[in-house]
Amino acid sequence: MDNTFSGPPNPWLSWTWVHNHAAELGTALQQHVTITLAAMAMALLASFPLALVARRFRRTEAPILAVAGILYTVPSLALIAALVPWLGLTQWPVVVALAIYAVLVLVRNLVVGLDDVPADVVDAARGMGLSRTRILWRVELPLALPAVMAGVRVATVSTIGLLTIGGYLGVGGFGNLITEGLQLTVGRAQVVTASLCCVALALLADAALLGIQRFLTPWARRRSPAAP
Amino acid sequence: MGSTALPGGTVSGVWAWLSDPKHWTGDDGVPHRLIEHLVISGWALLIAAVVALPFAIAAGHVGRGGAVLAAIGNVGRAIPTYAVIVILALTDQVGVGALAVVLALALFALPPLLVNSYVAVREVDPDVKDAARGMGMTGGQMLRRVELPLAFPLAFAGFRTATVQVVATATFGSLVGAGTLGQIIINGFSVNNYDQMYAGVVVVAVVCLACDGGLAVVQRLVGRRWGQSARRPAGLRGRRGPGGSPPAGLAAAEALATLPAGAR
Repeated sequence: MDNTFSGPPNPWLSWTWVHNHAAELGTALQQHVTITLAAMAMALLASFPLALVARRFRRTEAPILAVAGILYTVPSLALIAALVPWLGLTQWPVVVALAIYAVLVLVRNLVVGLDDVPADVVDAARGMGLSRTRILWRVELPLALPAVMAGVRVATVSTIGLLTIGGYLGVGGFGNLITEGLQLTVGRAQVVTASLCCVALALLADAALLGIQRFLTPWARRRSPAAP
Repeated sequence: MGSTALPGGTVSGVWAWLSDPKHWTGDDGVPHRLIEHLVISGWALLIAAVVALPFAIAAGHVGRGGAVLAAIGNVGRAIPTYAVIVILALTDQVGVGALAVVLALALFALPPLLVNSYVAVREVDPDVKDAARGMGMTGGQMLRRVELPLAFPLAFAGFRTATVQVVATATFGSLVGAGTLGQIIINGFSVNNYDQMYAGVVVVAVVCLACDGGLAVVQRLVGRRWGQSARRPAGLRGRRGPGGSPPAGLAAAEALATLPAGAR
């Protein structure tokens, strides 16, 4: 292209930009976290009963996973757009779409995690006279926790990244800044900063969830090889 | 049934849009958008495969690098595709349009291709490799005649994951002026023509599901043709026998290889 043209400076990284837009970044962060939490809460609430049904009535497992898989295959742009007329031009189409994607990962990991609980342990619990519900809560779920948390981590990281597409609808979060930056004459610093914040948030969330998992499963920590 | 109401539209309205011949010709027509969509997806997959396969096969052959590949997969999951497309669109070298989308999609197709091909080559039964070595095969012969054929089914699974992900994400092209099937949705959206928007959603969903379903059939044929007999009986989830622990990094890579495609 013509190198003699020199528009306004448009740097990729600019502390001045960050400094002048700290409040917007703060708002975006808060919105991003809120929407992610809402989507993950919705996904967890939906996937627990689905996973329990799939395990209790084995014939339903394949259809449940198939429907979740089909919905997972539909691209986010299409799924969100299809939900807008039903839920309005709010953040809800994005929340529901992200929750739908997370459900597949969560249900799969819940079923696998619960199936991997050793039968001897469940037998022993039954022999001690524990009811089915108590076996689920006191024995099976704690033992399935590593698999469940692995699913939660993957789903959360994906959700945080995918949420940026909500910027097209202006639902808030870092995606808003990215979409807006594309239209600005000098938008590079805004797009790159928002993208980096988004990646940092995803990695932080992953690390935090790993910390929670370690805290909740002290027995696994003790069994793992000693740190050097 | 024909006029079942959808919010903002009707089922018959969506059907009317889809069956209107004028939506099937010209630059805004479904066929043209489909071609844009598939050309972008094809280039992205080609570039990703050319970059990923040599690395993954070499790493799998020598049995090293699993931790690095798993790390690439993990970090890749945390990077939003949309952000990368926009950043590429803002560069002087790429700019808005199809190229930004092709490059971004190629980048995100790398992890499934790398991880699956690596694990596939790495996981070939050591006894079979020992036998090949005992027959006097060189490293290159072993790779071509033993490891690659046995690795093909699992590597193909990675290709399927990458393809479905790329074809789904190509819809983002509509946000940076690259057209694609996403444009039908976006256009319907911007003029509040929800019938068109729903029609676009249907077309996009059908293309993505057909792609996944078609490759699933091919994958089954591939599995039957090449078989899994020479592989460890327990396959991917197999434990390495009593007391044995997987080599560092491989466990993480294996876990990644069985995950569905990333965010799109």
